Amino acid sequence: MTGETLAGTAPAEILSVDGVSVSLSGRQILDEVSFGVGAGEFTGLIGPNGAGKTTLLRVILGLQRPTAGQVAVLGRPRSLRHQPVGYVPQKVLLDPDMPMRARDLVALGLDGNRYGLRLPSRQRGQAVSEMLHAVDAERFAGARVGNLSGGEQQRVLIAQALISRPRLLLLDEPLANLDLRSGQEIIGLLARIAREQQIAVLLSAHEMNPLLPVMDRIVYLAGGRAASGTTAEVVTSEVLSRLYGYHVEVLHVHGRVLVVAGAAGHEPALAPGAAAEGG
Amino acid sequence: MHQVYTAIFEPGFFASAQVHVAVTIGTAVAVVCAVTGVFTVMRGQSFAGHALGDVAAAGGSGALLAGLSPVTGFVGLDVVGAAVMDLIGVQRVRSRDLATGVVLGAAIGLSALFLYLTSVTGATTGAVQQVLFGSIFTTTSSTIPDAIILGGIAVVALAVVCRPLLLSTVSPDIAVARGVPVRLVSVLYMLALAVSVGLSSLATGAILSTALLIGPAAAALRLTKRVAWAMGVACLIGVLAVLLGVLLAYDSYYWGSSHDGLPVSFFIVSVVFITYLASGLPALRAGRRSERPAEQAAAAEHDKVAA
Repeated sequence: MTGETLAGTAPAEILSVDGVSVSLSGRQILDEVSFGVGAGEFTGLIGPNGAGKTTLLRVILGLQRPTAGQVAVLGRPRSLRHQPVGYVPQKVLLDPDMPMRARDLVALGLDGNRYGLRLPSRQRGQAVSEMLHAVDAERFAGARVGNLSGGEQQRVLIAQALISRPRLLLLDEPLANLDLRSGQEIIGLLARIAREQQIAVLLSAHEMNPLLPVMDRIVYLAGGRAASGTTAEVVTSEVLSRLYGYHVEVLHVHGRVLVVAGAAGHEPALAPGAAAEGG
Repeated sequence: MHQVYTAIFEPGFFASAQVHVAVTIGTAVAVVCAVTGVFTVMRGQSFAGHALGDVAAAGGSGALLAGLSPVTGFVGLDVVGAAVMDLIGVQRVRSRDLATGVVLGAAIGLSALFLYLTSVTGATTGAVQQVLFGSIFTTTSSTIPDAIILGGIAVVALAVVCRPLLLSTVSPDIAVARGVPVRLVSVLYMLALAVSVGLSSLATGAILSTALLIGPAAAALRLTKRVAWAMGVACLIGVLAVLLGVLLAYDSYYWGSSHDGLPVSFFIVSVVFITYLASGLPALRAGRRSERPAEQAAAAEHDKVAA
């Protein structure tokens, strides 16, 4: 069984992924992945490295054509022409030498796809300031982006993605290079923005524990297959064993979730590819 | 007072037609190179710019051989070189050095051939010297319109794509997701770079053509934190270097007794180099205050991750 959806009804659906399969040079990366994300929902796209998280995000962005299946944003087939999607990629190398302030980068999120010179506009400046305020980045609005810390840069990139008022925000491993505290702050910020602005947030991570307090729904990817629903529905030994294709145990230890391989009664060993869980 | 004045401006400086041409072309080239150079430095493509300088050397020597104007050779072959570099894959980080290196090697080979043929057919060594190290004092005024039109096209092209180009410089991923045709924008930029380097070869010679492209922009990037300001500062530095270079080279005719002028390129490049070194001073001073805490914070963050 693949692409199962265990959840009930979602509020006003922003993103719907329907039976998406991708194979690249003969290798099956995604296998009939289906799920939906509703307005104001915070969804974690969780899975071990190599599970296909980045490929799935690229399909949703319209950068990767699926072999089968469809992606719809606000009920319309995905295309790059109209842009209701904000995106924070995994790796953005902001050089300290780059002559760009935090607020300049946010402004590029507003009109970086337009041609010709930019005329001065008070309206734009105000929109940028409001956005910087929304992500609590006013303190360093005038600083060079390259000199900011990882967490501060992540806030600026989120502001950049949100300023064009998308209904869907995609973030590819935004916690990967952050220390624990900055990571917690970013998660809190995203959860608040999702709720307040009724934006659908889809965030990929290989570690689910930091997201447990805020995730409305989880999409768990393993071996190219996905299960979605609430954490309680998806993160069970039964569902994840089916995804991984071998028996895994889900253990709850001090409020954290550990996914380990091995049959009950045996010494639990970390599941290959799931090693990052619960770390 | 008059003595100081004549010591700075040797007789006939302002009346010299050669000086007028040199200043006009030099200023135009400095402005075009400053605008392009800020993108070149931000994109980390100085090496591509340098390779196009070598391509310009081949173009210039080819033009000499064929009896064409140098600007045709410089800019013409640079545009071809940029196109080839793009086809090989200069836009991908991993094949960037490869594309640049292959084109650079081919260009130097062509230069060797053309310069050999030129010397066989009896052109003066002065002509070869001019192609490689600059000929701004011997450039004819008929080159001025060509230089200004070509430079104008490059600057206008960059002005049109500046925001998409900036976004794809910061993050190609974000740019693609926003619907920016990243490849097309990168090709346009490469063509503007080709024109800039070709024109710069007129002022400082093909070999030194990246001096006006990289130096002023790199200094400006250190001094400002906004792209538009960086371009302005780079223009100032570039124009100043050209003016000072032309003046010093002119004056050098009157230094010593031999009455041989020293090359303009040497003076321009020296001013650019000294300015670049000086641009590091503010950061050096600020660094004493701020760098240490930043390092400690980075170390602390690293420890946290390790723990």
